[in-house]
Amino acid sequence: MIEIKDLRKYYGRLPAVDGISFSVSKGEIVGFLGPNGAGKTTSMKVITSYYPPTAGTVTIEGLDVVENSLETRKRIGYLPESNPLYHDLTVYEYLSLIADIRQIPQDRRRKRIKEMCELTGIIDRVGSVIGELSKGLRQRVGLAQAMLHDPKVLILDEPTIGLDPNQIIEIRELIRRLGKEKTLILSTHILPEVQATCNRVIIIHRGKLVADGTPDQLQHQFEGQPVIDLYVQGEGTDVLSAYRSIPGIEKAEQMKEPEPNIRHIRLVVSKGSDPRPGIYRLCVDKGWTLYEMSRRIQSLENIFHQLTQVDPALVKEHAA
Amino acid sequence: MNLATVKAVYRKEMKSYFASPMAYIVLCVFLIITGWFFSLNIFKENLAHLRSIFDILPFLLVIFAPAISMRLISEERKSGTMELLVTMPVNEFDLIFGKFLAGFTLFAEGLAFTLVYAITILLLGNAEIGPIIAGYFGLLLCGGAYMAIGIMGSSLSENQIVAFILSFLISGVLAILVFSAMIIPPPVADFIQYLSTTYHFQNIARGVIDSRDVIYYLSVIVLTLMLASRAIAQRKFL
Repeated sequence: MIEIKDLRKYYGRLPAVDGISFSVSKGEIVGFLGPNGAGKTTSMKVITSYYPPTAGTVTIEGLDVVENSLETRKRIGYLPESNPLYHDLTVYEYLSLIADIRQIPQDRRRKRIKEMCELTGIIDRVGSVIGELSKGLRQRVGLAQAMLHDPKVLILDEPTIGLDPNQIIEIRELIRRLGKEKTLILSTHILPEVQATCNRVIIIHRGKLVADGTPDQLQHQFEGQPVIDLYVQGEGTDVLSAYRSIPGIEKAEQMKEPEPNIRHIRLVVSKGSDPRPGIYRLCVDKGWTLYEMSRRIQSLENIFHQLTQVDPALVKEHAA
Repeated sequence: MNLATVKAVYRKEMKSYFASPMAYIVLCVFLIITGWFFSLNIFKENLAHLRSIFDILPFLLVIFAPAISMRLISEERKSGTMELLVTMPVNEFDLIFGKFLAGFTLFAEGLAFTLVYAITILLLGNAEIGPIIAGYFGLLLCGGAYMAIGIMGSSLSENQIVAFILSFLISGVLAILVFSAMIIPPPVADFIQYLSTTYHFQNIARGVIDSRDVIYYLSVIVLTLMLASRAIAQRKFL
């Protein structure tokens, strides 16, 4: 459906997108993840033919976004990051204008506008002037605009920005529903959003693709060693060798005491083993009081953090 | 060219014009100034013609046309709606042309109001109708050229003031080139005069509609509108 090959976009000499390749097939909801300035928006602007790429190609259904841009633009619905709208028009006037430019046939126009307004929940505000709507409502108008011509591909740049928690849940629900028949690329830097809506995550950093896969796959791929946090009280809880005798535990470390007399021990577990029953038995044998035991697995958040941390060597090189 | 795009853009612009007080203000000021020049002829000189209006308008329009056109593209750039428009399946020239037509319509409306003066003069005295019709025809062409230059200026900057000044300077220079004969020797001056908007207007206003003058204006319009659509397509602005 969407094929991106070695895409590069330079602003002057500064690379914004520096050789990204991936392809998206029909029905996928791709979450485009990256810190600010990673190149998410720029990539989207190239896909939607707003910017020409410096090098590389983007094709949609086999059509190049530079050479066949009129055709590819017909297939795309785009919600830009800033959600630009004509503030002096009413919602209906605005959507009619989009319908005019998109050349939606006259007989289908009213029905289509009505459907989109119902879908995005702005049907009771069609007569309102856009400039008087709240940010959340405007965002819905933007979404209605992007979907008005029933495009095969939806490119949404930060679709849930500025929405309240309830609206975010609604929009995510909408995106999930849309993803069944359309191909979606949405950018975000809100991690729970990706886990909640996307069936594929692409993380980019400094214009380069650093990870690509389903949220589960990424978790698996970048999973470090699991860690168990243990909060115990009793005689001898500070003898760390006792913990190391449990099979599956590689390292034990005493952390700062969170409360008086309660020790916080961090245990590093070797991959694929679960020493929790052993720990429990140890506590029982020694007569310790177990306050808390929790196992942490690398969250998507940690993976994101790990992958997008600025490489100090790069910073030095840049400064020089 | 896709007429559906042109029409959609044109309708939207016309709606926007009259949704804000801008169009009314520009039209009022335009009518006050032309009215004053008209009254000079008829009351002070007691002459039944529109010559002073026709003399001054090609220069006045240098200010009025950019005042109408300055927001047409700059505003879309500034608010980001240009990104929306150009990522829809439209041809840049169609967008520009729709906007040009909207600006031109507003200008033509202003000009249409001044027909009151022409009718008054025709009723009061025995003015010749030929030069008046030719004069209006010339003004439409001349205003159209300034409007197209204004669109080009507007496409070059997202700041409306910069757009206004750019268009004002370009149109202004084209307007005053007609005086080049005063300071430059004839053969060169002839050539430079030929580039002047007012020079061609004066030819038409004499009552002789020569295809050379018409072609001059049409070339200015087409050329500047094409440059404007190039500017949009390049996504590069001053």
